[in-house]
Amino acid sequence: MAPRTEDAFLAHVQQGGQVETTDWMPDDYRAKLVKFIEMHGNSELMGVLPEREWILRAPTLQRKLALTAKVQDEVGHSQLIYRVVEDLGKPRDQCLDDLVAGKTKFHNVFHYPTKTWGDVGVIAWLVDAAAIISQKALLKCSYAPYARIMKKICWEESFHILHGRDVVLAMVTGTAEQRELVQEAVNRWWGPLMQFHGNPIAADDDPMYLWRIKSQGNEEARQQFLDGYVPQIWELGLTVPDPELRKDADTGGWHYTEPDWSELKQVVTGHGPRTQDRLDLRRTSREETAWVREVVLAEAA
Amino acid sequence: MAVWEVFRQEREGAPFQHGGALEAPNEEFARAYAIELYGRRNESAALWVVPREAIREIDRPYVAEVFDRDYRRVDGYSLKVKLKEARERAGTVSD
Repeated sequence: MAPRTEDAFLAHVQQGGQVETTDWMPDDYRAKLVKFIEMHGNSELMGVLPEREWILRAPTLQRKLALTAKVQDEVGHSQLIYRVVEDLGKPRDQCLDDLVAGKTKFHNVFHYPTKTWGDVGVIAWLVDAAAIISQKALLKCSYAPYARIMKKICWEESFHILHGRDVVLAMVTGTAEQRELVQEAVNRWWGPLMQFHGNPIAADDDPMYLWRIKSQGNEEARQQFLDGYVPQIWELGLTVPDPELRKDADTGGWHYTEPDWSELKQVVTGHGPRTQDRLDLRRTSREETAWVREVVLAEAA
Repeated sequence: MAVWEVFRQEREGAPFQHGGALEAPNEEFARAYAIELYGRRNESAALWVVPREAIREIDRPYVAEVFDRDYRRVDGYSLKVKLKEARERAGTVSD
C-alpha cells in the first residue's frame, strides 16, 4: 500500500513503488494521472478516425479486414483507458464531453489528413511504432491499474505495426508509383513524427516523470524511435526528409533538425488541419447514437 | 451502471488474473462487454466477471512476525554443513 504522506508517497513511486486505485494519493498525482491517461484515451478514440476514412477504400478485402480489426482494437483501448480514468474520479461522459468541446487534448499525429493509401501504411507502421515506444515505457507506470491494461494494449499494438510494415513492403515492392506514394507519405509524416514524443524537456523537470507516470524522458523516447526505425526506413531505399539526420558514431545519439515546436503547439491546441472536422464527426456520432445508450440503459434498468 | 472486475485465464489450467474493469448496467451486458474487451482476439481461455462490490479487500494479509518462523520457509533450512558432517561420520565423503 502506498504511503499516506506526500513526501513518503513521492519517495515510494520514485523507488519503483506502485499505487492502486484504493490507495491514498496526493491531489497533484491524481490530477496528473487523469490528465495524462485521459489524453491517451482521447488519442486512441480520435486515432481511429484517420484510418476509418480508408476502410471503404482499402485495396483488398484482406486489408479492409485488417484495418477494421485495428480500428476495433483502438476503440477497445479507449474503453479500457477511460475506465481507468473513471476510477480516478472523472466519468467517461465527462471525458467525451470535454473531448468534443475541445477542452482536452489528443496526440498531434491524429490531427492530420490521410492523403493516400501510402499514409495508411506509414501511420500503421511509424506512428504506431512511435506510440508503442511511449506505451512500453508505461508498463512501468507507478499507477498499477494503468500499467496492467498497458500489457494488453502493447500486445495488440504489435500486430498493428506488422500490418503497417506489410502494407509498406507491398507498396515498395510494387510499381514505381506505389513506391512514390510511400516516400511522399514518409515526407508528410516526418515532421509530426519528430514532434510526437514532445519537447526535449529533461526527465527530471518533467512532472509526469517526477511522479513516475512516465518512466522515461521525451528525448530518450525519440532517440529510441530513431534508433529502431531510421535504419528500417533506409533499408527499403526510402529517404528521410531531414538533411541533418545522422547517428553520432561516438555518442550513439541521433542528430536531427530541431522539430517545429510551434507547429506542435498549434496542432494540439485544436488548430491542426483536420482537428475540427474530426471533432465534428465525433460530436455528431455521439449525438446520433445517444438514443442507443438511452435504450440500453432503460432496458437494463 | 455498475463496475465489474474482469479476471482472465490465459490458457486452460492457468490461474485467473485480474485483467481490468468494465462498466455495465447488468450481468448480461457485463458478459458481452467482457467478451468484446478481453476475448475478441482469443486471448483468454475463460473469463470471470465479478461485481466490484462483491470483492472484499484485505489490506495487510500478513501474519505478524512475533517470533522466528524460518521453519515455514525453504530458506529456513541450511543443510550444507550438517550434510557434510553426516557424510564424514558415515565415511562416505568422496575425494
